[in-house]
Amino acid sequence: MKNHVLRPLWCVLAAIALTLIVRHFMVPADFGVNGESFTYSYHRLSNVDEWRDFKAKYKGREYCQECHEENVAETSSSKHQLIQCENCHGPAIDHPDDPETLAIDTSRELCLRCHASLPYPDNPRSRIKAIDPNRHNTDTACIECHNPHNPNLEEG
Amino acid sequence: MSCSRRKLLKSALSASVAASLPLSAFRFLSPAECKAATGTEGTRWGFLVDTNKCVGCGFCVKACKKENEVPYDAPVTRTWVERYVVTKDSKTHIDSPMGGRDGFTDPKIRGEEIAPADIAKTFFVPKLCNQCENPACVQVCPVGATYQTGDGVVLVDRKWCIGCGYCIMACPYGVRFFHPVHKVAEKCTFCYHRISNGQQTACVDACSFGARQIGNLLDQNDPVTKIIMTERVAVLKDEYGTKPQVFYLGLDRNVR
Ligand code: HEC
Ligand code: HEC
Ligand code: HEC
Ligand code: HEC
Repeated sequence: MKNHVLRPLWCVLAAIALTLIVRHFMVPADFGVNGESFTYSYHRLSNVDEWRDFKAKYKGREYCQECHEENVAETSSSKHQLIQCENCHGPAIDHPDDPETLAIDTSRELCLRCHASLPYPDNPRSRIKAIDPNRHNTDTACIECHNPHNPNLEEG
Repeated sequence: MSCSRRKLLKSALSASVAASLPLSAFRFLSPAECKAATGTEGTRWGFLVDTNKCVGCGFCVKACKKENEVPYDAPVTRTWVERYVVTKDSKTHIDSPMGGRDGFTDPKIRGEEIAPADIAKTFFVPKLCNQCENPACVQVCPVGATYQTGDGVVLVDRKWCIGCGYCIMACPYGVRFFHPVHKVAEKCTFCYHRISNGQQTACVDACSFGARQIGNLLDQNDPVTKIIMTERVAVLKDEYGTKPQVFYLGLDRNVR
């Protein structure tokens, strides 16, 4: 056969071979249909473990109990017993190693998430005592007058 | 009574087989043991949202963002809370400022004042990835970067995603977005790192009012499964045929 016919053919074959070789080294061995269906389970299997090993940051109240026993005891018998510590204090992550201490949010906004009054009598929100943030002791932090861990109107 | 040779041999054989069976073959396994023995098999994660309980405090959105390292001030989020106010003239007012991250503290909706006397009904609807049984987002991925795990959670392989955005367009629920830092498609993982290690998702833990719950749909004794089986639940956009695994109690027809 003529050289000018063969030459492009060799080029094409070489290109295919190169692609296959590169693919062999680039595509991990665990990539493929790892499950029942090609449509939904075509993936790199080790990625599932990568997601499993993602670092959890929220620890839960039982963890706080180890060191802040008083706060936990106070809160768990209060009207705020349902609220997780970390909702107000942020994720503990590796506290007290890192961060050494958790920031304390003293803003009015923290409390207003639940206590700002909305005119929704049919809504579960209306079961929580509400105040109008623009009228109820404006310019003063809520915690000046209310104990965030044990709010109690009777005690004042 | 006569006994043929064949019959004698037969009963002798079955007796010896029965005697050699270890007693442990008849032991009942606890669900946890079964689960441990089979890996993800026997688990199908499902989610239950009770809109009758949500007060719109937004702690779930805050917790999700911090737990999953979604940039806090970027206008993207894996889960969000919508506020619906239906007025007596049948108009529906919806908003979700910053995905409800800071709660709903203002009676105004998108700057619009609504007179309390005009309000017919109100509710908050938390939303998140439906972890569909037939995920449209997975079908369209051209590189196999997004997939469904054995226990039914749809994940994104950040090393494999090329950021083409097909999946973001394909999701009928708009739960996917482009991660501003990793530059790949991003979505709710049902906190896969938490649920596979025996914890609840961050949003479930953060909810003080029980509006969010997660459970194993293959376990008949799971409280979430029981509610889904015995009570009237709905899913979002059923007509798309995606078979969502996030079920809603008290869903209104205005919710899309
Ligand atoms: C292993 C013990 C330990 C655990 C567990 C722990 N803490 Fe702490 N926490 C500390 C120490 C030590 C400090 C620093 C005290 C200081 O600086 O006065 C601290 C400080 C704090 C502060 C700031 C106090 C201040 O006066 O500024 C907050 C808020 C806090 N922790 C909340 C939490 C919460 C919420 C949890 C549970 C998620 C938790 N901690 C779990 C040991 C712990
Ligand atoms: C409703 C929000 C809220 C919740 C829930 C909450 N805290 Fe606090 N916490 C605050 C605020 C606000 C302060 C600051 C109080 C002050 O400065 O007077 C504070 C202060 C603290 C402090 C430091 C000062 C002190 O009073 O000892 C610790 C430690 C603490 N909280 C731990 C906890 C723990 C543990 C829990 C869970 C049992 C918890 N908090 C739940 C809002 C909250
Ligand atoms: C997650 C929602 C939530 C947040 C955030 C929250 N609260 Fe509450 N609060 C409640 C609930 C629920 C109750 C109990 C129902 C009721 O009596 O209103 C309550 C009760 C109260 C009461 C009434 C106590 C009584 O004796 O009846 C006060 C005062 C109060 N909270 C103050 C605060 C302050 C101050 C903050 C901010 C540090 C705050 N709350 C943050 C949910 C919340
Ligand atoms: C200057 C002190 C002060 C400050 C600051 C303050 N409160 Fe109060 N709050 C009171 C007193 C006193 C009452 C009880 C009398 C009343 O109902 O006004 C009360 C009542 C409440 C009630 C119960 C209302 C009811 O219907 O019974 C809630 C909820 C509440 N406050 C939340 C807050 C929140 C949230 C903040 C911050 C945005 C705040 N308070 C700031 C003093 C204060």
